[in-house]
Amino acid sequence: MLSRTAQIRLMSSHPEVYDPCDDSFALVDALLADRANLVEHHPSICMEVGCGSGYVITSLVLMLGEDSTGCHFIATDINPHAVGVTRKTMEAHGCHAELVTTDIASGLEMRLAGSVDVMVVNPPYVPTPEYEVGQFGIASAWAGGENGRSVIDKILPVADKLLSDKGWLYLVTLTANNPSEICLQMRKKGYASRIVLQRSTEEESLHIIKFWRDLDTQLEPPIPTITPNGSSGGNGFLGGGRNY
Amino acid sequence: MRLLTHNMLSSNIKGVTNGFPLLIEVEKVVEKQVDFNEDFLRNMFAKIEWKALVEASRTMGYTELPENSESSMLNSDEFLRKFHHALLELHLEEGALVCPETGRKFPVNKGIPNMLLHEDEV
Repeated sequence: MLSRTAQIRLMSSHPEVYDPCDDSFALVDALLADRANLVEHHPSICMEVGCGSGYVITSLVLMLGEDSTGCHFIATDINPHAVGVTRKTMEAHGCHAELVTTDIASGLEMRLAGSVDVMVVNPPYVPTPEYEVGQFGIASAWAGGENGRSVIDKILPVADKLLSDKGWLYLVTLTANNPSEICLQMRKKGYASRIVLQRSTEEESLHIIKFWRDLDTQLEPPIPTITPNGSSGGNGFLGGGRNY
Repeated sequence: MRLLTHNMLSSNIKGVTNGFPLLIEVEKVVEKQVDFNEDFLRNMFAKIEWKALVEASRTMGYTELPENSESSMLNSDEFLRKFHHALLELHLEEGALVCPETGRKFPVNKGIPNMLLHEDEV
């Protein structure tokens, strides 16, 4: 059977590029678990912001399989080395995404507004001093500033602008990022959300959150609280009428 | 870089108001065969700025696209094949994208446009 995810032995690497790690695997596992929905969703444009080594975008192309011919894949990274590594990783897997070296989606925002059906983001979420944020090279893969939220908070409005009416966003967060507050912020923009995967590693507690536009969202009961040990209260749904 | 991506890019320099479409400086074009998918082309047609695609494909040496287009043309297989070729199979491998307002060049190397700005452009 054809592999549905990128293979480590085919991954390219570079000293200035973050290798796939627990967070990348968690995001890909969350996408795999949601694969049937993704196929059903028939996305025309899928985008990854911050593609790093290319593990996630390559896996997304592979898991959509034959359906991927009906889809345009775009991946960006602020680190030119990362985009170069993604290019090699994709070539090694025999698949293609359009790559752009840029800060989040700068240069794409005007023309791609309202067009992205699936966006995946594994942002730099590690709490660090603010001056470490936005530097070139490998630090851009993790340095997240105060509470690890500096870059996430820049990405969310861009995602809101780019996502189509049926657009879905998958976002990797850490407990320290205050995921419930992120959900609340997105809810004010009209998004329902659900924690699609939780995983505690030796170092961190990861939550993969899926967001989708939902006009009924603001009528829903309060969002679940997420405790520091990684368990969520309630059923983890922040949904309105539809649930993905 | 496919011309579909070119059609989605615009100059991101602070203060620029007419940043689309970016002009193309060609050093090297490569053609790569892509699976034909009619539904995808129909979906994309509405999102494409036709004039920009025609100009860009000409710059890349492909002159088969009609000057104007309308959705009824999507019934023609010949039109769809040309649209497919221009949109997906022509790649700018080496060259630059040029801001139409300022002339600032964004390099394209190994098929990857670099849209990063200098501090005074953000």
